[in-house]
Amino acid sequence: MTYAATHGARVAALLGQHVVLVFVSLLIALVIALPLGVVAARNARAGSVILAVTGALYTIPSLALLALLVAAIGLGQATAIVALVVYAQMILIRGVVAGLRGVDPALVDAARGLGFTARQTLLRVEFPAALPVMLGGVRVATVSLVALATVAAWINAGGLGVLLFEGIGTNNPDKIFAGALAAAVLAIAADLLLRGAERAVRT
Amino acid sequence: MGVRYANASVPAVHDVDLAIEAGQFAVLLGPSGCGKSTLLRTINRLVEPTSGTLLIDGGDVRERDATELRRGIGYVIQAVGLFPHYTVAQNVGVVPKLLGWEQVRIDARVDELLRLIRLDPARYRDRKPRELSGGEAQRVGVARALAAQPRVLLMDEPFAAVDAIVRASLQDEIARVHRELGTTIVFVTHDVDEALRLADRIVVMNAGHVVQTGPPAEILEHPADDFVRDLVGVDAETRRLALERPLIER
Repeated sequence: MTYAATHGARVAALLGQHVVLVFVSLLIALVIALPLGVVAARNARAGSVILAVTGALYTIPSLALLALLVAAIGLGQATAIVALVVYAQMILIRGVVAGLRGVDPALVDAARGLGFTARQTLLRVEFPAALPVMLGGVRVATVSLVALATVAAWINAGGLGVLLFEGIGTNNPDKIFAGALAAAVLAIAADLLLRGAERAVRT
Repeated sequence: MGVRYANASVPAVHDVDLAIEAGQFAVLLGPSGCGKSTLLRTINRLVEPTSGTLLIDGGDVRERDATELRRGIGYVIQAVGLFPHYTVAQNVGVVPKLLGWEQVRIDARVDELLRLIRLDPARYRDRKPRELSGGEAQRVGVARALAAQPRVLLMDEPFAAVDAIVRASLQDEIARVHRELGTTIVFVTHDVDEALRLADRIVVMNAGHVVQTGPPAEILEHPADDFVRDLVGVDAETRRLALERPLIER
């Protein structure tokens, strides 16, 4: 615990970088996953292609993906964000698809029959009804990204991984412990927060 | 008029030639799979006829925007389909809201409808659907369908999922609402007693076509064929006697 105690400000700064990395990646990932999830839920054939491709991307080892991305677009935060966005896709899209497919068909029938347009049905009926399940996907994706983002330090993208790599390089278990503990606390906090949100939107 | 679903070898509905009078309580009666729900759903274009035309007030429904058309037609289904994230008041006011009514007018209309279906607005307005019993939920479903004063109300097995006592009281309510508002109602059921109890006119369907239409007494006394005779069944005489007592007394 000594490193965290003596270098509190540095740990906090790296934690801040870590949060930004995860948060920005998650937002971009959601913007992509929502429409893809809607398409996948609506169209069985498009759905199987989307899920197969994102599933395949998910199986690429993170270090290998980062190495490939560094070769293509260089070192730094942007590269790390691209990798995190790619990894989040499968989990987020599965959440959107499961959420939308789980919506009671009677709600959609009632909405259409009462004169909701297809768009109004999606935005005002299907999304709200699917929200708890979709948030479950966001929660799992967030926790995964908190863990994955530690590897980003390997390509100069900062974050708590910096402590892990420095600790390994200088044989400083205290530093490794400080980084690992901070990442774990962050993951647990995100998990609890999003569980709370899921409960709040459950009807 | 007819409907044939893609990839189906036999049409779901065929050779239907039917006129329903304004203000009538018409009941489509038949066994499950006979095409009665499909026929009902052509009225608000949830299902499009593959042949023939369907007119409301002399106008072809296909010449009207489907969304616009549906907002002017009430729709009640067996599963109710109340929106779980909306309150009772928001559910009832949903079509007026789509039509762009002012909120004050929507609020007043919601209270009026809740009173019509005998749910105290003060107690029920702000409840969520999960806080309602099955019978209360379907009353709210009926109120939601009536909110924008539709001239036609479509009801697809609306009372099939509730127990017999609640069903009887819901039947009384809808008969009363029909008397009070004069809305044209097209009601689908497989329950012969329900049809006899509610209908001005029964449309008996089997295997996708209309077998017989007429007032309840006529269906009972002069079944057109063996199918109708079997459907109204051995209890025809008792049912005929029950019909002679006006609904309001039961």
